[in-house]
Parts: sequence; C-alpha cells; structure tokens
Amino acid sequence: MNYWPLIGIAVVVVGFALKRNPVLVVIAAGVASALGAGMSIGDLLVLLGDAFVSNRALLLFVLTLPVIGLLERYGLRDHAQAWIGRFHKLSLTRLLVSYLAGRQVLSMLGMIDLAGHAQTVRPLVAPMSEAAAERGTPLDDAAREEVRALAAATDNVGRFFGEDVFLAFGAVLLIQGFYARNGIELEPLHIALWALPTAICAFVLQALRIAWTQRSLARRYPNATPTGKGDLA
Amino acid sequence: MIHLTHVYWLLGAFLFVAAAYNLRERHWSAAALWAIVGCAFLFGDQIQQASQAHVRWPAQLMGLGVIALGVLAAAGKPLAHTEDRALSLAAAARLGNLLFVPALAIPFVTLALVLAAPSLARRGMTLLDGTQTTLIALGTACVVALGVGLRTTGARTTEGLAEGRRLLDILGSLALLPMVLATLGSVFAATGVGDVVASIVSAFVPIDSRIACLLAFALGMVLFTMIMGNAFAAFPVMMAGIGLPLLVHRHGAAPAVLGSLGMLTGYCGTLLTPMAANFNIVPAVLLELRDQYAVIRAQWPTALALLVVNVVLMAVLVFR
Repeated sequence: MNYWPLIGIAVVVVGFALKRNPVLVVIAAGVASALGAGMSIGDLLVLLGDAFVSNRALLLFVLTLPVIGLLERYGLRDHAQAWIGRFHKLSLTRLLVSYLAGRQVLSMLGMIDLAGHAQTVRPLVAPMSEAAAERGTPLDDAAREEVRALAAATDNVGRFFGEDVFLAFGAVLLIQGFYARNGIELEPLHIALWALPTAICAFVLQALRIAWTQRSLARRYPNATPTGKGDLA
Repeated sequence: MIHLTHVYWLLGAFLFVAAAYNLRERHWSAAALWAIVGCAFLFGDQIQQASQAHVRWPAQLMGLGVIALGVLAAAGKPLAHTEDRALSLAAAARLGNLLFVPALAIPFVTLALVLAAPSLARRGMTLLDGTQTTLIALGTACVVALGVGLRTTGARTTEGLAEGRRLLDILGSLALLPMVLATLGSVFAATGVGDVVASIVSAFVPIDSRIACLLAFALGMVLFTMIMGNAFAAFPVMMAGIGLPLLVHRHGAAPAVLGSLGMLTGYCGTLLTPMAANFNIVPAVLLELRDQYAVIRAQWPTALALLVVNVVLMAVLVFR
C-alpha cells in the first residue's frame, strides 16, 4: 500500500499550525496528495478542476449576501441589538439560556451570521452577562473573564448545533454530495432532521453548564446576591 | 421549470459583478479571484460534460484556476469597507420589525418551496427540477427575499448588489473554504487516502464488531477535526475510510443518520481545538481575555458530554 497520499494531511496540519492562508494550505495539500499518489500533472489538474466544479453547491450561501447586506445597511443589526437589549434584567442563567435558544433557532432557519462573536457577543451578550452575573457584589477580573468566555462558548454551541438542521447549510450538502458521489441518493431534509436529537441534547447540556457556572460563581463569591432569585424582570 | 443550472448562472453572474466592482477599484487579486470562481459557475456544466466525454482541457484549465485561487487567496488582503452608521440607525428606527421580514423570507420561502414542490409536480405544474429541489428552492428564495428587501427598504437593485459584494469581500477567500475543503475531500478519495486510513484503522480495530467500528469512526471524526480545525475536512476522510466501507456497506448503517450524527460528532472536536481559530481563539481576543484558551476551557465539558451523547445516539439510531 502507498502511504504517500497521507502527505496531504501533513501539509494541512503544518500549514494551519504556521497560520498560512487556509485556502492556500488546503489546495497545496490536495496537490501534495495527488503527487504523492504518483499522478501526472495532467491528471492532477483534471482531478482538481472536476472536484472543484462538482462541489460548487457549497458556495450557494453567497446568494443570500445581497439581501443580508442590504438589510444590514438599512439597520437590521441595530434593530436586532435593540431587540435583544430589552432583555437586560435577566439572571445570567436565564439570559444565556435564552440567547442559546435564540441562536440555535436562528441557525436552524439558516440565519447563521445574524449573530456571532463580533456581531452580538462582544457588543451585547458579553457585557449583559457580566452585568447579570455581577448584580450585588462586584466580581474580580478572573471571574468576569470566565463569564465572558462562557458567553462566547454559548454562542459556539448554539451556532454549531443549530446550523446542521438548516437544510441548505454546507454541512448537509457536503454529506449529501459525498453519498451522491458514492451512489447513495439522499434528500437534504432527511439528513437535516437527524441533526435534531443532538441539537436538543446540546441545548440541555449547555444550559446545565451555564446554570452550574452561575452556582459556582455564587459559591466562590458569597457576598454577591444570588442572581437567580430577586429577579423580577 | 427552474433548473439548478439557472441558480448557478445567477451566482456566477453575481460573482462577476463582484469582480467588476473590484476591477473598477483596482483590487486586482480580488477581481481575479471572483472571476475564476464565477467561471466555475457559468461553465460548470460544460466542464463536467466535457470530462464525461473524455475531453480533458476544460477541467485542466479549471484545475489551473483552482491553483491560482490558492495563490490569489494568499496574496489578497481583506478589504476594509466603510459603513454608513447614520443611515442604518435612522433606517432601523424607521423600519423596525419590518426588517426581519426579508431576512425570514429566505428560510421560509425555501421551506415552502421544498414542501410544495412534490404536490405541485403531481398536478403537472413542475416548478422546480425534481432532483435538486432544496438547492433550487434556496436560490429562488434568495431572489424573492431580495425583491421583498428592496421593496421594504425602498433601495435600488444596484444597492443590493453593492452590499452583497461588500459582504463577499469582507469574507474574502475564506468564503471559498468549504468548497476547497470538499475539493480536498474528493482528492483524498481519488488518491486513496481513505483506503490508507481504513487499512491503518482495520489493523487496530476488530472490524467485525460494529460498535468498535462506530467508536473508531466517532473518535476519528473528533481527532481529525481537532487536527484540521474543521469537521468538513475530516468528514470525507473518515467516511471514505470507515463510514462507507465498514459501517454502511459491511454493517448496514443508515447513511442519512450516520452522516448527520457523524458530522455533529466532528463538531464536538471543533469546540476543543485551537485550530478552529475563528470560533475559539478570535473571540478570546475580541473579548479581551488574558487566557487565549479561555473559550475552549469554557466549552470542553459540554463538548465531551455531547460526544458521549452522540456516540450513544449513533449506536441506537444507526443500526435499526
């Protein structure tokens, strides 16, 4: 057996570790694997060209950009921020669990980039989480950073385990395309629906994680009033 | 009837519009990048037909284009575009919740078309080509949503194109990453990387045990995702190596369930690795955390618990 095609994996690992442009790294890895397999340049180019063209469905999300860009220019993001801003009196657990639910549902509907670390976490969710966790006695810097990191983690979990349920998302199409090339025809809707059980479990687990952090903060900073109670908002 | 080809032409045309904007502003590498990708969409069908007829030069030309994309991606710098904050704040106050309508139109029109297509086709009104309904529905929904968006905001079509191009240039070459990773998957499949991985795995895993194969698949997805920072890249390798030959063909696993849960198992790996920089490292910088691994620290318990859940779900749902 020829082990040289594995060199492509090595190129990916080294290239990413050296922080080179990911697109360049991935294409270089493809070239390295093909050469490692002993392909001629002519065959290599055919393989690259055919593979690129047959995977072009993965770029279809670009068609959403004109309308999303237009709506952002006309204030979609500002309005979404104002809309989330109404919930500023929640406890840490309720705030982050609501955000998690919203993030997951939006991702399931394909609005993956409506929220995100730059769009919503830094301007909104992180400061609101800190404020919620800190009601009462101030926390120290380490605890505040822990809360901000938890907000970012919540965004990741909500995004990852929602987007696979959206039937036109890249992952679903990648799965469908892989099987189609191997003679198994599947409907995207069918693949997407099987992501639901994990999506629900992810929600429950991350919600428990958030609640656990709030309790642990209350225990470690006993002067702070427990933020879950006295919450009348 | 709308075919997938029409959707591809539309996308190709938009990519050429983006190239033209960049050309006008003398951003040569961005212009070349989008023009090359645009060619894959405008001439994709012809390239595939030529390859099937054993005419090699169109695919070879595209292959050269792909290599050029790598070089252009490394050469190009992300472009800064200015935003008109006053306009967007005023418009947000004026339009309010109406802004959600066009944004929601994309998923809901897609879903409606997908669900309506079979019953319309039965009545002899074939609106969408039956084999790729979801993709055609998505493309159609984007056009409908843009129409609704233009009406809601009162903007001109060119404004929509310019804004779309602005977002495309902000994403830059990273927009191509899913596509080139899938291309790498095809190359790995063609060069036998999957077979090599499968041979290594089968040297260590008792392949007659379906649970052992499932565990090897799940842990392989996590490990490869952590190495490559992306479940998309790990998926074709592990599917070609273990998923398809051992689980689907040998042990009769249900393909849709295995694919979906396998990908989500990879996502557990994404939560654990600094290689997935835009999710795990960039936010740590953005939130001014002193520990650059703070986000990974915050999410590893969820990731590991979810990994266990996924393996159990697979064991229960895949072999029915």
